[in-house]
Amino acid sequence: MFRFLVFLIVMMGTGSVSADTAVPNTPFNPEMEDRFKHLTMELRCLKCQNQTIYDSKAGLADDLKRQIRTQMEKGQSDQQIVDYLVARYGDFVLYKPKMSTSNMLLWVGPFLLLAIGGFVLIGNLRKRQKIISDAPLTEEESRRVQTLINSESGENHK
Amino acid sequence: MIRYLAPLGIFVAMAVFFFIGLGKDPQKLPSVLVDKPVPQFTLPKLKAANASFSPEDMKGQVWMLNVWASWCDACRSEHPLFLDIARKKELPIIGLNYKDEPNDAINWLRQLGDPYTASASDFKGDVGIDFGVYGVPESFIIDKAGVIRYKHVGPVSPQDWEQKMRPLIKELQG
Repeated sequence: MFRFLVFLIVMMGTGSVSADTAVPNTPFNPEMEDRFKHLTMELRCLKCQNQTIYDSKAGLADDLKRQIRTQMEKGQSDQQIVDYLVARYGDFVLYKPKMSTSNMLLWVGPFLLLAIGGFVLIGNLRKRQKIISDAPLTEEESRRVQTLINSESGENHK
Repeated sequence: MIRYLAPLGIFVAMAVFFFIGLGKDPQKLPSVLVDKPVPQFTLPKLKAANASFSPEDMKGQVWMLNVWASWCDACRSEHPLFLDIARKKELPIIGLNYKDEPNDAINWLRQLGDPYTASASDFKGDVGIDFGVYGVPESFIIDKAGVIRYKHVGPVSPQDWEQKMRPLIKELQG
């Protein structure tokens, strides 16, 4: 996360000139500009799906930036603006996915699989333990083990 | 026996899921607008800029809103189908001319034919945003009560039309 932030900050330094010219709109005061940046970085450009609206230079992203600016000027809260976009484009517009019933399996699935794996592992280990302890050596076998141990310690076995 | 069949079963299940996943187009997103009332707007008509179009005008009819632009190559591929639909008077098609120069758009229609009952000119793309448009062409089927019943992203193929859209339209027209 930290690395990603550093990366973003570096990228902001290099790209800000062109990004600002792409949206010919009245600039906000620094505080609002910050909010705008924050908001557009959390929203997905639907045309170029792996970019945020902030990063994207697609025509649609510019339009959405313009919309977001106008709504901010109207005094809408971040949540209201996000809701406005979700109502039109669906949850996919959120760059950070939300947890909902339709994607619950994706969120808990890995942990579910881990738990199942854990149970299977424990079960197998228990079973193996039982096999080992349930099979005591016969007298013949223990005598052989004893002689082997003795010969091992006595001479150098290859 | 189960020991050996279980991994095979898991593999087959995963393969089926992945195969289905491969066939899906990531550009096609589920629309949240289906079963919602059509967004209201008033825009100048493309061919008569002093007249305006509003979805209110279409109340009581089943109609299709087609988002198109002269810069959109994929729009050309669905155009013959729309001309055919218009000729057969299956339903009125309203064009939403999205982020386009009106002159380019009018020329485009002159060259290729005009299947639209009317086209509304969305020069800034704001109405497009209200419809959740993210890729042109897109088509919406709207029922008599003004509720969006179907959304199609990308060019409409004759198969899409025959198999999905036409049966729905017939049903809605009742």
